[in-house]
Amino acid sequence: MSSPADLTLAEATASLRAGELSSRELLQGTLDRAGLTEAELHAYLTIDHERARAAAAAADEARARGETTGPLHGIPVAIKDNMVTAGLETTAGSQILAGYIPPYDAAAVIALRKAGAVIVGKTNLDEFAMGSSTENSGYGPSANPWDTERVPGGSSGGSAAVVAAGSAMMALGSDTGGSIRQPAALCGVVGMKPTYGLVSRYGLIAFASSLDQIGPIARTVGDAAVALEVIAGHDPLDATSYRGAYPRYRASIGRGVAGLRVGVVAELAGEGISPDVLSAFRSVVDSLADAGAVVSEVSLPSMEYALSAYYLIAPAECSANLARFDGVRYGLRVEGATVEEMTARTRALGFGPEVTRRVLLGTYALSAGYYEAFYGQAQKVRTLVIQDFTKAYESVDVLVSPTSPMTAFEFGSRTEDPLSMYLVDVCTIPSNLVGAPGISVPVGLDGSGLPIGFQVMAPSLGEEILFRVAAEVERSSAWNDRRPPLLEADHGV
Amino acid sequence: MAYEAVIGIETHVELATDSKMFCGCPARFGADPNTNVCPVCLGLPGALPVPNERAIEWIVAIGLALECDIAHRSHFHRKNYFYADQPKNYQISQFDVPVCSGGTLDIDVNGQATGVRINRVHMEEDTGKMIHVGGGGRIRDADHSLLDYNRSGIPLVEIVTEPDLSTPQQARAFAQELQAMVLALGVSDAKLEEGSMRFDANVSLRPEGAAELGTKVEVKNMNSFRSLERALAYEIERQTAALEAGVPILQETRHWDEGAGVTGSMRSKEESSDYRYFPEPDLVPIEVTDTWREAIQKGLPELPAARRNRYVALGLDPAAVAVLVSGGSALTGLFENAVGLGADPKAIANWLTGEVAAFLRRESVELGDTPLTGENLHELEGLYGAGDLSATAAKQVLAGVLAGEGSPAEVAEARDLIQISDAGALATEIDRVLANHPEEYQRLMDGDARVIGYLVGQVMRITAGKADPKVVSTMLGEKVKG
Repeated sequence: MSSPADLTLAEATASLRAGELSSRELLQGTLDRAGLTEAELHAYLTIDHERARAAAAAADEARARGETTGPLHGIPVAIKDNMVTAGLETTAGSQILAGYIPPYDAAAVIALRKAGAVIVGKTNLDEFAMGSSTENSGYGPSANPWDTERVPGGSSGGSAAVVAAGSAMMALGSDTGGSIRQPAALCGVVGMKPTYGLVSRYGLIAFASSLDQIGPIARTVGDAAVALEVIAGHDPLDATSYRGAYPRYRASIGRGVAGLRVGVVAELAGEGISPDVLSAFRSVVDSLADAGAVVSEVSLPSMEYALSAYYLIAPAECSANLARFDGVRYGLRVEGATVEEMTARTRALGFGPEVTRRVLLGTYALSAGYYEAFYGQAQKVRTLVIQDFTKAYESVDVLVSPTSPMTAFEFGSRTEDPLSMYLVDVCTIPSNLVGAPGISVPVGLDGSGLPIGFQVMAPSLGEEILFRVAAEVERSSAWNDRRPPLLEADHGV
Repeated sequence: MAYEAVIGIETHVELATDSKMFCGCPARFGADPNTNVCPVCLGLPGALPVPNERAIEWIVAIGLALECDIAHRSHFHRKNYFYADQPKNYQISQFDVPVCSGGTLDIDVNGQATGVRINRVHMEEDTGKMIHVGGGGRIRDADHSLLDYNRSGIPLVEIVTEPDLSTPQQARAFAQELQAMVLALGVSDAKLEEGSMRFDANVSLRPEGAAELGTKVEVKNMNSFRSLERALAYEIERQTAALEAGVPILQETRHWDEGAGVTGSMRSKEESSDYRYFPEPDLVPIEVTDTWREAIQKGLPELPAARRNRYVALGLDPAAVAVLVSGGSALTGLFENAVGLGADPKAIANWLTGEVAAFLRRESVELGDTPLTGENLHELEGLYGAGDLSATAAKQVLAGVLAGEGSPAEVAEARDLIQISDAGALATEIDRVLANHPEEYQRLMDGDARVIGYLVGQVMRITAGKADPKVVSTMLGEKVKG
């Protein structure tokens, strides 16, 4: 390896433990990598050099004293900029929060710090996590390390890009309709959305509260499992937090899939999926069968309505969640003659077009006389989707599909038509409606050299079986050369 | 044509829980602005609500006291509207399934009993407080506005009646009975002047005997029972005049102006908000199990109606009963305590509704903030009853106890107020007075009883007021006969 920035989390931890590498060296390698790639990627919104260096130094000193604080001791990580960080600017990718310095840390950020992680900085995203390409960021889009003319996916595009480029070893994302899994797929890294309630949402700037979930983006399935163990856990500050037991997810890795029943979602493995993606997907499914899995095809008839339901429920919730950005207490304020005018001007200037569209859509869907036809109907569809999945899991242990119907697309190719952008999330949205976990594992490249993601879905709280299958997908696809061309051709690092 | 009024009342009660509805901030009145705040009640990005279990317990207690049905499972909703005192620009409230529904509260106006039906009792959170500076003191024309979020997120219970009331007097009686109920439950300070209990009234008129309801008007901003009664009387008069003049009533919200004694239009139906209620996704349903509800029912204190009957049976006069029943748990606690120790109920009621109430008014303090105990009252009553304290001295002792000077005996001792009623001690003093007033002594010996008053006064003077004047008078009288 030419740089410690290219290590996996597991490799780095081993080197740190063995004393072959210091946290300071690891951070320096990571910051150097960011220095080389950021001009083209723009994956970070903020890099916190000073505090990261102090944290790495503290990690080294602690280790010298024989103290290690947790499984991420001295590991450089990045955080999507919709999770609040005490004393560090947090914008959610929106101009309405430009310069906003939160007074507190999100629960997941506290968990990372407790586990010894070194927080490198905050990553770019579609404004308030609304989008699939980072093109909706109020601070300009990020680029895909595999082809800088293309999007990294979204909304956690910055987090996926930094992990792919080596400018963070692991990054937190948030997933409301696929915002962790889809960018992970497009950037050739692993992205995992846990069961709703597994990771506290306290401090995650809400987009759609009943769908949002924080999860890890990492270079391997095992690294994602380590990160999930760190951030998952009951939090009394989140009323929707899960109260049961939290297993060690790492224990699932390497147990194989012999005898497990794998269901291919018929509706997500045919029409609308690009041929290269479909063929890579089929080949992995065959490998799973070869490894002893019992593969069958499963139909989820409500799938065709899931997207429509999502695009009513998510905007409805966001219309209320984003109401607090009014210029009164924090963030942007555009003065006006009255309070109403001040608030209206602040929101008009502070929100980008996609956020404005969804706030309007959601407001409309909740309005008197329309509630039943839109929001009410969408909730009924959500119930149907849940029932479909419950029924499917009577006959299979996991469901699989491509993560994204297509690989990374070019900037601007979908921005004109919002519906074409919404379709990007067709494979990932159902898991959010159900509240169940999903993971995207990179399984190869398409004809243009762009990464393809394979999605595994499991029932709620089925993380152990999810990781078990995902690890097998990773192993059997045997795609180890994951260095994006950006690192080879342009910089020779 | 004769009209009759149809009135319904919406009451907001701030619960006196230690912490706020959805965060751990203190829920106390009177702190410096914006000191009892945190990310949750300031609506900072990322913050999430967690319900206060004590508040749920207390709304269930209110519901049970009002004989409501308690939902096993009810939901929080978001009520969406923009207003700067509301940090999230939505209020967490309840919509289709409140914690409590159906119920009754009995009231009595001039001996006529009425059962007022309760439609629902639901849980929500209070907003912050806005102070408009400059201009007319309203948000529209102020130079700027100041915001205090200490109140933001304080648990708020909304109690909605059916339109069962027909006179301002009944409305007032309902409000007072509800306040007595809330105070008896000990779940709120229920202070109208501080806004911890607030009443809005819906009032409409219809031709007497008609079944159909007229157009209703909502009246807000009544900060006392008196203003509630006055505002309704005004509004009924205003609507009657309008109807008689053939002017239709507009469905609107009107603001009571206490100074001017009139209501003025705030907003019409057309301007009213569409609140776009939807289920609060950050919270799970409120579960009230049978076991929990039964435990709360069992823990309910004696309610005002039962207490009123018991006090009447003790022989207390109606005015004292009214004060004691509506006076809150501190007042009734003291009364019960003193009477429980064996003190005379009437005497204790007199102290509490007379001297103690006057002291609290004069000093603007809360009974609960004074050191007065039931034991003190019992002891004071004992000293007075035994003749150790004169009526005047007893008042002074009580003032001393309320001022924290100690128990009644200690105060009486320290202030040297113990009455001399011992015959031996008094005989000495009387002899001294008679020796110094030979002329009056002679008149007394001659059987002139008119001089006794003068001599009693002299004895009081030389004993610095500590002699028991009744005993002195009796002893002097005996000298005449002797």
